[in-house]
Parts: sequence; C-alpha cells; structure tokens
Amino acid sequence: MPTDFLPIAVLIALATVLAFLVVLIGHLFGPRRPTATKLEPYESGMRPYGPGQRRMPVHFYLVAMLFILFDVEIVFLLPWAVVLRQLRLFALIEMVVFIAVLLVGFVYAWKKGALEWE
Amino acid sequence: MDFNFQDPFTSIGELLRGLLLGWGLAPGLVSLILMLLGALVLAGFAMTLAGVFLTWLDRKLAARIQDRLGPNRVGPFGIFQPIADAIKLITKEDIIPEGAERAIFKLAPMLAVMSAVGIWAVVPFAPRLIGTDLNVGVLYIVAVGAIGTLSIMMGGMASNNKYAMLGAFRTVAQMVAYEIPMVIALLVPTMLAGTMGVGGIVEAQRGGWFIVLAPVATLLFFVSAMAEAGRAPFDLLEAESEIVAGYNVEYSGMKFGMFYVAEFLHGVTIAALTATLFLGGWLGPGAQQFPLLGLVYFAIKTAFVYLVISLIRFSMPRIRIDHLLAFNWKLLTPLALAAVIVTAIADKLAPALGWNRAVVHLTANILLAWATFEALRAYARGIRQRVEVQPAAVETGGAD
Amino acid sequence: MTLVQILFLLFGLVTLLASLMVVTSPKLVHAAFWLILALAGVAALFILLEATFLAVVQVVVYIGAIAILIIFAVMLTRRVMHDTGPQVNRSWWVALLVSLVLFGGLVLMLAQVPALAGTPAPLMVDQETLLEDLGRALVDADRYVLPFELASVLLMASMIGAIFVARPPSGSEERSGER
Repeated sequence: MPTDFLPIAVLIALATVLAFLVVLIGHLFGPRRPTATKLEPYESGMRPYGPGQRRMPVHFYLVAMLFILFDVEIVFLLPWAVVLRQLRLFALIEMVVFIAVLLVGFVYAWKKGALEWE
Repeated sequence: MDFNFQDPFTSIGELLRGLLLGWGLAPGLVSLILMLLGALVLAGFAMTLAGVFLTWLDRKLAARIQDRLGPNRVGPFGIFQPIADAIKLITKEDIIPEGAERAIFKLAPMLAVMSAVGIWAVVPFAPRLIGTDLNVGVLYIVAVGAIGTLSIMMGGMASNNKYAMLGAFRTVAQMVAYEIPMVIALLVPTMLAGTMGVGGIVEAQRGGWFIVLAPVATLLFFVSAMAEAGRAPFDLLEAESEIVAGYNVEYSGMKFGMFYVAEFLHGVTIAALTATLFLGGWLGPGAQQFPLLGLVYFAIKTAFVYLVISLIRFSMPRIRIDHLLAFNWKLLTPLALAAVIVTAIADKLAPALGWNRAVVHLTANILLAWATFEALRAYARGIRQRVEVQPAAVETGGAD
Repeated sequence: MTLVQILFLLFGLVTLLASLMVVTSPKLVHAAFWLILALAGVAALFILLEATFLAVVQVVVYIGAIAILIIFAVMLTRRVMHDTGPQVNRSWWVALLVSLVLFGGLVLMLAQVPALAGTPAPLMVDQETLLEDLGRALVDADRYVLPFELASVLLMASMIGAIFVARPPSGSEERSGER
C-alpha cells in the first residue's frame, strides 16, 4: 500500500533535511580561508601524484558478483520463508535443491581461490 | 477526551488529532502533520541519543577498560563533552578538496544519515508504537542498509583521493560480503514467525524469544551485522590509529560529523534490530497493558546488546584482512545457509514428532553448533600438522 | 488527477530524465550515478503501483548490488574519470527515429489492450496475502517451480562464469594458501 510508505518518506525526508541543516550551520559558522595547499587531496603530507581515481583490481568485481548472486537467492528465499509453515515437505525439498545448486557454484568459487584475499 | 495513562502514545496521538481537526484542518493533512511530528521526535531522539549520550557512554566505557579517565572536564563527569565536540565540528572549516565531484561529495553524508535513520521507521518501540509495520519489513531493513553502502561509495569516489577511493572500495567490499550471512540469518526469524513484518516477528516471539529457538542465527546476525557496520574488531578498513582514515579522509567539519553520526547510529541500530528480531523486542511482563513498559523493555534490551557490542569492541584486537574475508566466506556464509536449512527441517519435524517446538529447534541448533565446532577443530588440527611437518608453511597457511 | 497520479508522473519524469543523463553524460562514473537515480525512481513507481515487495527488491538488488557491481566494473576500465568525448555520432537521428517509431508502436499496441483503457481499480487483496501467494507459487509444482529451480542453475552458471572471466586461467598463479 503506498500509504504504508508515507511515514517512511516523512522520516527520511526529515532526516535528510536535518542533516542538510546541520551541514549548513557548519558551513555558516566555519571559517573559509581556502589556500591552494589546503585544497590539495590528502596524501600523508606529500604532494599528491597521479589522478585521484585509478583502476581497481578485479577482485572487487568478483566480490560484488558473488554478492548479487546471493542477494538474488535470498530474494527468492524470502517469500518461501514466509509461507514455509503452511507448506508441505515437498516445498522444503525444492528449497534444499535450490540452495544445493547454488552451493555448487559456491564450492567452485572456493576451490578456484576466488574467496581468497590477495 | 480522557487521558489514558495505560497507553499514552495513542492518547497523545488522538489528543493532537482532535486538536488539529478542531482547527478545521483536513483529516489527511492532520495525519501528515502527526506523522511529521512523530518523525521529528524520532529523528531528534535518535540523533541526540546517538550523538550525545551514547558517544559519551562509549568513551567512558572505553576509558574504564583501557585504564584511563575518559572525558571528565565539560559538565559533570564530562557528559557535555559530545556537545563541545559538536560545537568544535561546527566551527571547523568545511573543505572540499580540489577536483572533487562537488555534488556527490555533498550528497554522500546526507545519504548516510538518511539510511541510518530510515531503518527506525519499521522498528516497533512498544505495542502500537511503530512508524509503519511494513509487510516486507525485513527486506526494507536490508534495502535501507544498501543505501548506506552506496553513500560510502559516493563519498569515497567523489573525494578525488586515492586513499579515500581505496578505502571506500574495501569498506564496500567488506560490507556487501558480510551482508550475505546477515540477510541469510534474517531468513530464520522470517521463517519462524511466518511474516516479514517486524511487528509480526515481535508478536511471534510470545511463545519464546528467537534467541532460544535459533541461537545460531542470532549469533550469526549479531556478528555479521557488527562487521557490516565496521565496528571493531572488524574496523580494520578505517583503523584511525594505524592507517589513513578510509573513505571519509577528505571530509571535514560537520560533513565528517554526519558520517560519524551515521556510523554511530548504525551501531545502535544493530543493537535495536538484534533486540527486536531475536530478543523479543518490547515483549515482557505487562507490556501489553502498559505500552510504556514495553518501551522500557525495548530500551533495556537494546542497551544491553549495545553494551555487549562495546565490550567486544574494546576487548578484541583487530583481525587481519585475509582472516576477515575468510571468516565471512568460509565460515559465516555456509553456516548461515546450514542454519536456514536446519531451521526449516526442524520446523517441519516438530509437528511430525509431536514434540515441543522450542525443544526441537534448540536441539537442532545445538547439533549444528557442535558440528561446526568439530569441523573447525578438525581444520585447526590439519593446519597444526602441516605447520609441524613443514615449518615454512607458517607464513602462508595461517588462514583459520 | 489524484495525488498518487501526480506523484507517479513526477517520479516517472525523474526516472526519464535520469535515464537520459545516463546515456548522455560524458563521464562513465557520472552515468553510473545517474543510473542509480533512475533505478530509485523505478522503485518509487513500484511503491505507487502497490508492488511493495518488488519495490524493496528493486532497491536491494539493483541499488544495493547491481549499482555497486557497475561502479566496480566502471573502475576496472582505463581513463575512468576522463571525458569519453561526444556521446552521439552522425547517425543519431536514425536512432531517434527508430526509437520514436518503436515508442509510437508500443503506445498504439497498449491502447488496444482493454484492461489498460480505464482507470485501474485499487488492489482488492492485502499485501500480506500477495506475498504469501508469491511464496506458494514459487514452490507449487503446477506453477513456477521449474523456472524457480532453473533460476538457481542460472545463478550458478553466472557465478562460475564470473570467476572464470576474472581469475587467471592457468594454475601457475595458484596461491599457496589455497584449500
């Protein structure tokens, strides 16, 4: 029901507005004396070299990929979990099969060393 | 209208509604105003609580454990120290580094606060005192948490600083990794209660708190939520005493303050969620008749869990990054999946055997925990043997 | 127009504009963030359409996971923050024409569907029942159990595929700590 989300919308809007106001107050009361050195990105006291954004290792991509798969799995599992108590044994077996198939992929990732951090 | 002391929240709401309707306002508008008022109280309460009182308590506790005094200058026992800190942050220069994506840079701290506060909309404080009892409450909690992840990503990427960027990437990788066992553990209360609504989950714990029915899932949720929030001992990605701060290194002044508040609130949120989903929320003797009592129970339970989090935080050393990831992927995630299957089977088994539901669940959980410990012990034995046979493996084979 | 309709149009507009920015913004990272806004707009539309579960799933899966994946993937590319030059080439008008024709065709087709002609009635069943029905349908042998199990196979395949693409192919770089 869209009205169920009204309190959430109000709360979130309010939190954002409060955060904005607090930041604004900080903006008003804080000094503003920018210098070229001050505005440099922090690099442990050295002059920054190279761009601030750079290419990232592929490992992060793998973690995100695994996350998506489990996320989607959980989204499928949630409606099942809601009605589990009304379902018969057959539904339980189906779900075990569902998880088992995914575990095959998980074991593959494990064996391939995709879960190791380098 | 006579004031009902047994249920003050409903009474106050009705009183205000009557008053506003008396002024000739439209009913829809009155509802909106009431909601706004409630949200204002909630957000203000949360921010003050987290920002002022709990930071003070946290620092005092840390000081006690580390044999220091802690804040003791501003006000009695230094209780106004957080306010002094806030004033300090307000009067700091608000620096946006050169080459930053200004819009994203400014938006990120607000999104962080938004996600930290947003979760409280579905937390039941007392009977009938809940922002909105969404029927997908559990998933909503996950969704709002995802926005927090996004805010960290935005903050790190917009800073034009390679450390901020790397910190953001690592933090996000840790957060999403630990979100998996956390969400899988959330399946267990959903299963036991037969609903995703947070209010319904609390109601379903009348027969027994879920920490009794599902201790393994409770522990899994607690640990992985702590890691997801980046609390010590899982805070190695922004270990301010060891490395550059992480994704928020370029933030200063009140923008940093917002990230700080959000992170702090996240810790409180975990405590509240654990208390709600596994410790029975506002349930307790007499809470049904006197909602105020329910609020007290809820606050006590939340404070207790928060205290446990703080104790863990100040007594454990940081863990190494490869251990952190291995702990998640190789222990928590498989164990969480196992807990879901075990709970499902136990739930089917209990009526079939005709035994008490709680007994069956508890037995199943104890068996699961025992099997896990046995597996860990066998694994550790394997490592020990390898180390004894081949001393060179000490450097590489330590991921336990 | 009711309030819900106004909100719907508003969110639809935000979604459309954000999508437009996705394809026109010269920086890849900006496009990724505009995409997140577009996805959030779709989630808001789902809420207005009383598809609560879908709305929350949209945020969890798309904003929480896929957006993160896209940002990670963007950061794999070279010259991340640089302008990639103009976003259109000489045949932009052909693309515009084709999409306009497609859009017109879709509108014409949808106008034929009788159910879409009038104002849709609000849902009669409550959300809890819908959710429970979804859970039952997923494991019902007469309904969606086959697609459901196939989805798990698909997920497994994509997991293996992602690892296969991202890992070095040979065993030469096997970590000593692997087990």
